Amino acid sequence: MKANPSSWVASHVASLPKSGIRDFFELVAKMKGQEVISLGVGEPDFATPWHIREAAIYSLEKGRTYYTSNLGLLELRQEISRYVSKNFGVDYPPDDQVIVTVGVSEALDLAFRAFLNPGDKVMYHQPCYVSYHPSIELAHGEAIPVPTYAKDNFALTAEALEAAWKPGTKILMLNLPCNPTGGTCSREQLAQIADFAREKDLLVLSDEIYSELTFDGEHTSIATFPGMADRTIFLHGFSKAFAMTGWRIGYACGPAELIDAMMKVHQYSMMCASIIAQDAAVEALRNGDDAVAHMREQYHRRRDLVVRRFNEMGLTCHSPRGSFYAFPSVKGIGMTEGDFAVGLLDAEKVAVVPGTAFGPGGQGHFRACFATGYDDLITACDRMERFIAQKNS
Amino acid sequence: MNPVLKLLLEGGRLTTAQMAQVAGLSEADVEQHLDQLKKDKIFLGWRPVLDLSREAAAEAAVEALIEVRITPERDGGFDRLAERISRFDEVHTCMLVSGGYDLLVIVRGKSLQKVAGFVSEKLSTIEGVLSTATHFLLRYYKDQGFMLDREDSSESRLEVAP
Ligand SMILES: Cc1ncc(COP(=O)(O)O)c(C=O)c1O
Repeated sequence: MKANPSSWVASHVASLPKSGIRDFFELVAKMKGQEVISLGVGEPDFATPWHIREAAIYSLEKGRTYYTSNLGLLELRQEISRYVSKNFGVDYPPDDQVIVTVGVSEALDLAFRAFLNPGDKVMYHQPCYVSYHPSIELAHGEAIPVPTYAKDNFALTAEALEAAWKPGTKILMLNLPCNPTGGTCSREQLAQIADFAREKDLLVLSDEIYSELTFDGEHTSIATFPGMADRTIFLHGFSKAFAMTGWRIGYACGPAELIDAMMKVHQYSMMCASIIAQDAAVEALRNGDDAVAHMREQYHRRRDLVVRRFNEMGLTCHSPRGSFYAFPSVKGIGMTEGDFAVGLLDAEKVAVVPGTAFGPGGQGHFRACFATGYDDLITACDRMERFIAQKNS
Repeated sequence: MNPVLKLLLEGGRLTTAQMAQVAGLSEADVEQHLDQLKKDKIFLGWRPVLDLSREAAAEAAVEALIEVRITPERDGGFDRLAERISRFDEVHTCMLVSGGYDLLVIVRGKSLQKVAGFVSEKLSTIEGVLSTATHFLLRYYKDQGFMLDREDSSESRLEVAP
């Protein structure tokens, strides 16, 4: 019998749509060699601060090349516990309420696999990070998108949650500040979301990976509201604030029973995160505050620059309170997000990501990452302006 | 801090037009800030940070760090002598430091002989100069916050990522 390899792919995997980001990546990859300025990235342009890299080198020199405990190095969990308590105001004892993971990516996967029975529903706001919907489906859950709107600066509202809720919903997935919109919620909005979660008896997964990159006011975690720490898994990592994307290190904190369930999945699938990355993460938490503050200041200025330029050229854009993404609208210039992104890439060699790569709610918008040096940011804005002027002439 | 001064201190390669965009000011505002900084004698001049080892046409220059011990004077301490030494064109930098010597002087010249001549004939013969110790500079690894040769590169970053 002739082999038919595709028949072996599980049906729930075969039916997953291909990522819109991937399609666009291939388009850009075809232009290799030309001077493309990419605002399409999802990571810092800074290399990891040297003191953190140096700590990893020292770790290797000392021969620290072994597996660690499944939960992660105790030393790192202690630092995480201290850091989260100091910066977020929630106390998680390091022995049983903290688990170190291979990025927030793994923590998300662990949570969905550990908490979802087939058919359980997960609400998540959208446009959103590309992995949420597929990760839920891979864990045999049912994903329920909740729209957020440009008119609210992409904050998640309790009304939208009420409207989208269905019986059988178990989890509410949050990402504030949000990739790709930069949306955040005010304290009052968060309080309402917390009320909603308590009323509907939901477990909240809160992906706060961009929290250090909050430019206006203070970041507030949903876990700080009364009773919420008992029903929240706090997900965080080092990729964005510490510029450590390639190290693949993150963590989850929450009620001991839930961390234990995640640990079960983790111990059989991953065992532990890389010890070198864990040693580096200890250094990041101990001595990284200044570097984080420096990078945040740079992103802040870049945000102000691109948001001003976008609005000046007719791309209506709210000022994202956090993250390193701007999410302007192309409606005012009479184009679709796809035509804009492809046209801009063709004509002016500037890559941005069409908003629909982050769900249908991204229609009419594109994501521009401003984690890029001033020279390139200014040139990219100049080229965009020229592209729009030429379209209009 | 003055936003223009902040950008100057960061040592980027921005033009005044770019500085204006980054700081969210008009170009005229940036110029005015620069003028004011000059008037206040805070901003003394522009000098690029260059890696001249890559520039074949650059004039060969020899640089030396010189530790100088001097006798402080009753009125003014080290100032008069330090200023006297600083005024020589050969002296690029002169600073008062704590520790085993008093002044750290950076001297530049076209050749080793020229620098050595300056030290033996001019510097060490000044009254009040007790001793000098000269260290010729062999190679820069980092200069004024910039790594030479080995800046971090973000070239391996993916063009598009989630
Ligand atoms: C919202 C969000 N969550 C999680 C991740 C993945 O983070 P990590 O590198 O920690 O796996 C990203 C990366 O783009 C993200 O934007």
